[in-house]
Amino acid sequence: MLDFYGTTLANGFMLGTAQYPSPAILADAFRRSGASVATVSLRRESGQDRAGQDFWQMIRALDVHILPNTAGCHSVKEAVTTAHMAREVFDTKWIKLEVIGEEDTLQPDVFGLVEATRILTEDGFQVFPYTTEDLVVADRLLHAGCEVLMPWGAPIGSGLGLNNLFGLRAMRAHFPDVPLVIDAGLGLPSQAAQAMELGFDAVLLNTAVAKAGDPAAMAEAFATAIRAGQLAAAADPMEPRDMAAPSTPVIGKAFLS
Amino acid sequence: MKLQLNGAMIETQAVMLDGLLQEQGFTGAKIATAVNGEFVPAALRAAQSLNDGDRIEVLAPMQGG
Repeated sequence: MLDFYGTTLANGFMLGTAQYPSPAILADAFRRSGASVATVSLRRESGQDRAGQDFWQMIRALDVHILPNTAGCHSVKEAVTTAHMAREVFDTKWIKLEVIGEEDTLQPDVFGLVEATRILTEDGFQVFPYTTEDLVVADRLLHAGCEVLMPWGAPIGSGLGLNNLFGLRAMRAHFPDVPLVIDAGLGLPSQAAQAMELGFDAVLLNTAVAKAGDPAAMAEAFATAIRAGQLAAAADPMEPRDMAAPSTPVIGKAFLS
Repeated sequence: MKLQLNGAMIETQAVMLDGLLQEQGFTGAKIATAVNGEFVPAALRAAQSLNDGDRIEVLAPMQGG
């Protein structure tokens, strides 16, 4: 399932555009990743250097779907206003809604998130909420109008992978028809593969690629892992068991002792 | 009048938001604007008057995760 608010994506790779060593390396990483979505943000522009304009030209040339975020917003009002500004600049209804509630972990303020979601959905936005794996919150977000959920794997930029496997597995089982994206915390391609193997529809990451020694190579590694995980999930993995079960048939084995 | 543009105090001759943006080098730029914390859509900039001490935010596309 790669349908997000009626838009079908070519793959489950959403890649951030921040922290790359250079614009050329960013563009190269996107080419090697084949990512179908790029996350972007809004910041203060200077009338003298107009840095944002050059960045925008480069991002447009990537020819991917644009998902603006409300990163750094700590209140509902800030997030809603930023979303409106993003919709005008990027000309998209999509918004990656972040309402940050805690500085050390950048954990979402889920109460503010639900409130902001309701306001934005009523105003025609298509909200991609950065949330936790809490099922009650997820249900409130769906009732507020979300058609996608984006639980964190681990704190943003931590690279810790999937911190709460039980919670994420429960989320997948509880909402079998809702597109689910792991957003934040991934550090290695194997973790992205694991997310896809759990049945998640996509992963969104940034730091793991941008801060790698070779971002473009890491982008390709993630793309390969995401594809592998997706194939594995579709192939219906075997059930794990506690005790060994010989894979080589014992019938016909020679008696040699 | 004096007002804050992206956090910096400036002196301007402009009395409307669209005039301020032209004066400050934003002509033709891909930007979004807010006055005193409230979003002002592009279509309304010409009708948005400015007052002494106003806080103007001019935002543009930037890298994000």
